[in-house]
Order: sequence, then C-alpha cells, then structure tokens
Amino acid sequence: MPYNHKAELSKPERFTGGHRLCAGCGAGITCRAMMRAVDEGDRAVVCNATGCLEVSSFIYPYTAWEDSYIHAAFENASAVCGGVEAAYNALKRRGKLDGPDYKFLAIGGDGGTYDIGFQSLSGAMERGHDMTYFCYDNEAYMNTGIQRSSSTPRFASATTSPAGTESVGKKQNKKDLTEIMAAHGIPYAAQTTFIGNFKDFHEKAHRAIYTPGPAFVNVMAPCPRGWQYSAELLPEICRLAVETCVWPLYEVIEGKWILNYVPKKKLPVTEFMKLQGRFRHCFKPGNEWTLEAAQADVDRRWERLLQKCE
Amino acid sequence: MSIRDRLSGNEAIAHAMRQINPDVFAAFPITPSTEIPQYFAQYVANGLVDTEFVAVESEHSSMSACVGAEAAGARAVTATSSCGLAFMYEMLYVAASARLPITLACVNRTLTGPININNDHSDSMGARDTGWIQLYAENNQEAYDNYLQAMRIAETPDVRLPIMICQDGFITSHAVENILLEEDDAVKAFVGTYRPENALIGRDNPLAVGPYDTCPYCMEHKVQMAEAMKNAKRAVLDVAADFEKTFGRKYGFFEEYRMEDAEVALVLIGSTAGTAKACVDLLRAQGVKAGLVKIRVFRPFPMEELAAALAHTKAVAVMDKSEGNSASGGPLFAEVRSACYDLENRPALIDVVYGLAGRDCAVEDVERVYRRLLTIAETGEIGPRYVHMGQRSTQEEVL
Repeated sequence: MPYNHKAELSKPERFTGGHRLCAGCGAGITCRAMMRAVDEGDRAVVCNATGCLEVSSFIYPYTAWEDSYIHAAFENASAVCGGVEAAYNALKRRGKLDGPDYKFLAIGGDGGTYDIGFQSLSGAMERGHDMTYFCYDNEAYMNTGIQRSSSTPRFASATTSPAGTESVGKKQNKKDLTEIMAAHGIPYAAQTTFIGNFKDFHEKAHRAIYTPGPAFVNVMAPCPRGWQYSAELLPEICRLAVETCVWPLYEVIEGKWILNYVPKKKLPVTEFMKLQGRFRHCFKPGNEWTLEAAQADVDRRWERLLQKCE
Repeated sequence: MSIRDRLSGNEAIAHAMRQINPDVFAAFPITPSTEIPQYFAQYVANGLVDTEFVAVESEHSSMSACVGAEAAGARAVTATSSCGLAFMYEMLYVAASARLPITLACVNRTLTGPININNDHSDSMGARDTGWIQLYAENNQEAYDNYLQAMRIAETPDVRLPIMICQDGFITSHAVENILLEEDDAVKAFVGTYRPENALIGRDNPLAVGPYDTCPYCMEHKVQMAEAMKNAKRAVLDVAADFEKTFGRKYGFFEEYRMEDAEVALVLIGSTAGTAKACVDLLRAQGVKAGLVKIRVFRPFPMEELAAALAHTKAVAVMDKSEGNSASGGPLFAEVRSACYDLENRPALIDVVYGLAGRDCAVEDVERVYRRLLTIAETGEIGPRYVHMGQRSTQEEVL
C-alpha cells in the first residue's frame, strides 16, 4: 500500500503527549514515527536504554507509552529485548499465549547504542532475535549534558571535547555504525531521518519491524540543546544533513546496498554546519582547514557509499 | 519414590533444571559453573526440554535477558560464578527492584584479583545487599533440594524477589556424590506453574517496567522491597515444610549440629560443614561440648533465630569464607555478631577468615578453631578477634 501521510498521522498515537522531552527534540519524533510503523492490531514491547527518552517518557507513575515498555539500564536494551522475545517464543510454543502478535522494539540514543550498549547490540543481532533496534542518534551524551560519544562528528564541540584556544572540538571522526551493523549480515539495516512527509522513515521502520529476524534503523535525531540551534530549524537541519550527504539515506536489504536518495546538487557541508552552534568555532579565521577537512571526510564516505550501492 | 544416583553438584542443578523445564535459560560460560549450561544445552539438543536457550555474549546480557524474559511473564534462569556474577552486579539490583523472581545458580568462586578459579564466597557475598534471596548448600543433595524450592520461594506473591542458589565451586560442583533425586512428575507438581498477574506480553493491559522514579516515590519502592525480604523468611519456611511433607527431607534457615548443649560452636556456610561435623564428632567423643551452625539462608538473614540457637554457648567462632576488607572481619561475622548483641548473656565471638581462593580446610584446621574457643571459654580472654587461618606467614598463627 502506498504511503499516505494523512492516514498515518490520523492513527491513534502510541507515544502520547505529556512526556517531558524538549521542544524540537528528535527522540520524541522518532518514537511517534516508530510506533506508527507498528500495524494497528499488533502490539509492541519497547525496550529502552537509559537516556533522555527514558527519563522523560516514563516518570513514575506516568508513562507516554501505550504499548508495553521496559527500561533496565543504559547498556543493555538489546539483551533485554532478546530476553522478551525469547520469552514470547517459549510461551507461544507452550500454548500459553493467544491474541495479538507482538513486535519487539529496542531504542536508545547514540550513547546507549554506539558506545556502552554496543556489545549488547552486536550480540543480540548476531543471535538473530526477531527484533528491531532503533537508534535516535543525536551525536552526543545529551542526557548527562552533551558529552562526546563515538558518534559525535569531528570538530563538534561537546562538553568533554570542547573547542578552546588549543582545541577545535572533537578530534576523531564519527563511527559509522550503520555500516558496522550491516556487516553483521542481518536481514535489514537502514539510515533515515525526518525528511519531508516521513515516507522514508515510515517505510524503513515498517520494513524493519516486519522483516523476520534482527533489523537496525539508525535515525539522525538532532538535539537543539546539544547542537545549539533554535527548535524550529529541526526539519531544515535534517534536510541539509541529507542534501550535503552528511547523513545519506540508504538501506541494506539481505546484503544488498540501496541508496534511497541522491541530491540533485550536493551542497557543501558548511551549509549543514553553519546552522549549529557546536561548529561555530570552525568558522573563525584560522580554522578554515577544519571546514576543508570536514568536507573531505563527507566526500570520502559518500564515494565509498556510492561504490557499495552500485 | 526417590531415585538413588551419583551426580556432581553441577549435574544435580542441571538435572533439576531439566525437570522444571523453565521457559528461558540465558547462559554464558564461566568456571566452575560452565557445566550447568553445557548439560542443559545438550538437553535442548536432545529434545528433553523445550526451553528457549539463549547463549548470550556476556553475563551482563544473561542477566539482562532474564530481566526481559521474566518481565514478559516467563520463568527465566541462569547460572554463573565469580567475575560473571560481578559483571551482573548492576542488573542484580534491577532484577530485584523490578521484583522479578529470576533463579540464578551460583557456583561460588573467588573474585579476581589476582585471577583464581577456586572456591570462596566473595562473589555471592558481594551481592548480599542487592535484594536477592540467597540459599547455600553443603553438598550436591542440598544444592538440588534448594533448587527445587527456589522458584516457589521467589514467586510467592508477597515476596517476588530473585533467588540465588549457591554451592561451593569444585568442592561441591565437581565432586560426584550419592544423591536422592525425585521423579520428574513429582518435581513438576511441587514446583508448579508460573503466571504473574502482570506481564509485558499476553495480558489485556500493557505493562511499563523500570521507571524513572523520583524522590516522592522511590523510597517507598525501596521499602516495599525490604518488606518483601522480610516476607521471604516465612516463604522459605513454608516451602521447606511442604518440601519435607512431599519428599521427606527437612530444611530451615540453618542446620544445628549437636548444638543442644554446646558450649563452643562454629557458624559457617557451605561445604566446610561436612568437615566441621567430622570434627564435632571427634571432639564430642573426647567429651568436648562442641556444636555447629551451618547457615542455609543468608538472605533474608535469620537474625533472631540464630541468636536463640547460640544463646547458651560460651564462645563462638564465625568462619568466613570471604574477606570483607572491612578491617574488622568478614560479612558473616558482622551479621552473627549483630544477631548476638541482643542476647542477655552473649557468647564471646571471634572471626576466622579461611579457605580464600580455594585454600584447603581440613578437620585438624577446624579442630584448632575449636581449641581456641575452649581456651577463650576457660580463660575469658578473647585475644585477637579477627584472624586469618591457613595462610603462609612468617608470624606464628594465632590459632
């Protein structure tokens, strides 16, 4: 069935209002869109890593989740999700469950996914649990106050990689987690963000959730506090991430790499960076080389992706 | 009818697991508990159980998977030792605070470092404040029997806490001994089925587990957990009573061995009890009024009951098979000494830390402890209160 934005948005919300996430936060948008991709009639169990999302969406005695939800710790959303799925298989096999089908979703920020939760994620994907992991990637440890993660891009200023008189921000390049997850040989891995009418997000999320076995969806989910932009610029930043090829939209289906969008005219990375305070120092006289290096890195990654998608 | 067999402690636990056929077993190998998931994986491979066996990539993930599975309404089990239990540490608190009655077979091994694979109790003693019920075994029979009782204790509605079934690494886990096994049907009937009223799946209402718990609520939840641990005392005895009625073997909080008129007594945990009983018999034959208390239930701690058992003694040595690094004695000593504080006529109390990292403890070692107690009882002079036994030293050992 072709994507119908109006029909999707008229579905009952499964991630409801009243949560305490900031205005302009990508995590809440990710959750609403993720839950829209679970078919009506099916139920979900959401396994959440510790982070902004967890402490903002399930503050006792209130929850924003209409489906079952479990949070255990920062580093283990995948292992918890694997346990829930194993229980489901056992109870179903033993005739102890009837009623609706369940979908198993794990979700964490880049801290809980790229870093501290990476082993748990890798293990769960290798074991082949029927689950989908969503990473809302806001490129730093936002919940504890914008510390650098392995997802933070080079030159971004974070509180543990600050720009200063002797520093131009983070020294290392961003880890390419989607590629690493694809290398696990899982049936489905994809990158998306909040673009246009959410067709790209929705179709990837739906395909991931309804692909048997493990799936991974990496969502660029900007953070107004950490990236230092005003909330209304969120869609523009996401658009520029795609148009500059900083965050290409692609998917890997059963090992086949598919590029979902090629910009008509690839914009310079400065268009993406200049809207964000975390890169402000890169535009100061004397730091021009940082912009050149950032561009060179984007170009290198984009060329490599094009080769994979040939 | 009980069945006579010869099994190691690890085999006995695996056998009990096969009989119970839990929903989910999340496993990661570590010496000396590794055999348990190995035996169980073979049961799965041979179709003897239809458990979902999840071979995870770490102990942190085995406990995390158990948390997810148990919250989903399943019976989840795991097994581990030493560093494996330490790696689970964070999740032990999560399991207890989410009130998930997971069953963990703990094969006690010392904690690194330096790395050593042999037995002491430092692993599970490190987990004593996590909110887990802890039962300890002297031998393979007790390990088996404790395991059969574990889920009923843990799943008791006003308890709902996870439970650790501990046995001594190698000494119990690998030594083959005679054992009485129960028939599969009788075990299944005794253990029963599990269906919690709330679960992540298969209920009309969805469930949310593991909130961000703010100051106005969080302390209440911690106090509820503390109350549950108090309730576990009753549950332990209730299940033991039914176990005795069903299978004929009697269990309580601890075993009293020749304590009725004892003047000097030891309090200890685990396999050393067998050695100590031999020593008590030896001393009794010489007219010494020696006795032994072997702790089975360390959490919840049977404070009043233990005090009553020791009330008539003159001198007591607590034998700690773990070093608390408190500069004032091991964890069992702290509990026993505290238990005795309210007695009108307290016995003299000393702590003997022994057997660390598998250091052997023979009958003559235990006898030296009793001899020291006799001197204390006779002279009233306690001397050093906290000593280590059996280690290489240039100084003469106090015992």
